[in-house]
Amino acid sequence: MTDLSTRSPTGLKAWLTNENPESHLQASCGRAYYAWLDFAANRLALLGLIIVGLLVLVAALAPLLATASPIAPDLQSRLLPPSADYWFGTDELGRDIYSRIVYGTRLTLYVVVLVAIIAAPVGLLVGTSAGYFGGWIDKVLMRITDIFLAFPRLILALAFVSALGPGIENAIFAIAITSWPPYARIARAETLTIRRADYIAAIRLQGASAGRVIWGHVVPLCTSSIIVRVTLDMAGIILTAAGLGFLGLGAQPPLPEWGAMISSGRKFLLDQWWLASIPGIAIFVVSLGFNLLGDGLRDVLDPKSGD
Amino acid sequence: MTNGSHNAATGEVNSTRFRLPQPVKVVLGLVTTLGLTFLGLLVVTFFIGRVVPIDPVLAAVGDHASASAYEKAKIELGLHLPLWQQFLVYVKNVAVGDFGESVLTANPVIDDIKRVFPATLELASMGTIFGVVLGIPMGVIAAVHKGRWPDQLVRVFGLLGYSVPVFWLGLVGLLLFYAKLDWVAGPGRLDIAYEYLVDPVTGMLLVDSLIAGEIDVFFNAFSHIALPAIILGYFSLAYISRMTRSFMLEQLSQEYIITARVKGLSETRIIWRHALGNVMVPLVTVIALSYANLLEGSVLTEIVFAWPGLGQYITNSLLQADMNAVLGGTVVVGSVFISLNLLSDILYRLLDPRAK
Repeated sequence: MTDLSTRSPTGLKAWLTNENPESHLQASCGRAYYAWLDFAANRLALLGLIIVGLLVLVAALAPLLATASPIAPDLQSRLLPPSADYWFGTDELGRDIYSRIVYGTRLTLYVVVLVAIIAAPVGLLVGTSAGYFGGWIDKVLMRITDIFLAFPRLILALAFVSALGPGIENAIFAIAITSWPPYARIARAETLTIRRADYIAAIRLQGASAGRVIWGHVVPLCTSSIIVRVTLDMAGIILTAAGLGFLGLGAQPPLPEWGAMISSGRKFLLDQWWLASIPGIAIFVVSLGFNLLGDGLRDVLDPKSGD
Repeated sequence: MTNGSHNAATGEVNSTRFRLPQPVKVVLGLVTTLGLTFLGLLVVTFFIGRVVPIDPVLAAVGDHASASAYEKAKIELGLHLPLWQQFLVYVKNVAVGDFGESVLTANPVIDDIKRVFPATLELASMGTIFGVVLGIPMGVIAAVHKGRWPDQLVRVFGLLGYSVPVFWLGLVGLLLFYAKLDWVAGPGRLDIAYEYLVDPVTGMLLVDSLIAGEIDVFFNAFSHIALPAIILGYFSLAYISRMTRSFMLEQLSQEYIITARVKGLSETRIIWRHALGNVMVPLVTVIALSYANLLEGSVLTEIVFAWPGLGQYITNSLLQADMNAVLGGTVVVGSVFISLNLLSDILYRLLDPRAK
């Protein structure tokens, strides 16, 4: 590779927008840059990105940001309204709600990330195998997918949690097991459009195994649509997890899970509104952030499916 | 839902002999899908019932039963059979509506479900009506004013609906409209003063009170259902308005719209009669899907509003580890959900002459 800076005197931007990229790296950086410009032009999507970024940041820095322990009770200061000491007030055990919200970001992120890394690969595997092999494998796999797609997700998650016992891990498992089918359908549709491509035939002629073709050459092409769909699903996952927490089936006390916080604050709704309202706003903001981000990503990465 | 396009390969073989007429094939395909999906649902509920950590025999005979009583109960419950036979027995029982007895209420689960289901049906129906009545016009207006402020407004309103936790919205709604403003009645289906005034015919109070001619009861029931139905229907509103918008955009770019304009039809007529008329077909499936979603999604709303429906029944049974009731409820909700899914598919094929 030649020294790029001498050829592009105006610096990074010129390098990125170069019409004649000199390397694979430059071409992909350039493409990413244009995608970013598209994305950033959408103010709402940018807002979504900021919200999700803040969520990650707060979760990472929770011990620094929190002003008190999220779980240690302090019965001297029960049910205090928002003030300079307790920014969002305190709950029925005297715990600082602000600190609980801050630590709650970790649980939210935990749920979302785990569901995504369980459900998305399962969907990818099922969908790409069905699309690639075709024939009876396709029929069987898609039948199973259709069956799972026709199930009521929340009720099924409830039934799973009831069998496995309440707890955040079981809630995650229950949500994941009901959320993979859409990914399988998307992955299959994408695979069908590329399985007859010449480059796939070329790889097969070189003797690559089916697993290698699928994993190395089909899956990477499906990921962008899957990422869009996963991001759009995040809000639903957060709401379901919070719903399970609200019903007492998700994260168990004293964990500062937002849905469970609403549930315990419910009794004090009339006189101490902050107990139930603030966690609700937190859930709302975070799922709004994922929705905005997902919409923006869809417009950039997957323009044909947008409305 | 169904993969109709795969029939092309088998069509060649059939052509030499006997070929089934297209509609029969479609119906057969749908019936197969329906049957398999139900079977899948039963496999899942059966599996859940088996992995549950509570020993069903101990639950029946109590902790202090002797070994012989335990064995006897095990045989009575059919748990000595191989797993696949147990599954067949389970399928047979479900087919005749036998879900076992609820530990909590000591009634057969099916009777409990019959009692509570109308309340859920009423709530979900009102929610869907709300979503349809507001969602369709909002979607149409958004499509007509694409990119301008009404479109943005509808979009943001819809996004809020997708993002807000419904149980929280319910609590805030109760706080505001019941406790502070006193515009609507509180939790439950009726004020105590009005209980037991009308005979349950359909189980849906709005209908029953009209049948009995009790207008006071009707208004009281309406005042109770309004808030939960609006909050439950908000999701449906968001979904229906978004889909209406995208269907309408597709129609408005068609040539027949230009023809209609050239003929000098009024814009109102073009939009609300011609374009919307063609949108109604795909919209029916959207409405059926959102109805199914509300039936299922009413669980959280019912808890917040102390609404004595199926969702509350399932949740209460769940918290008491009453597995027969939970699984029975799951099968019923799942069956309704699956049927509505398929119904929307059939309706689409019936209403749209192009969908063969």
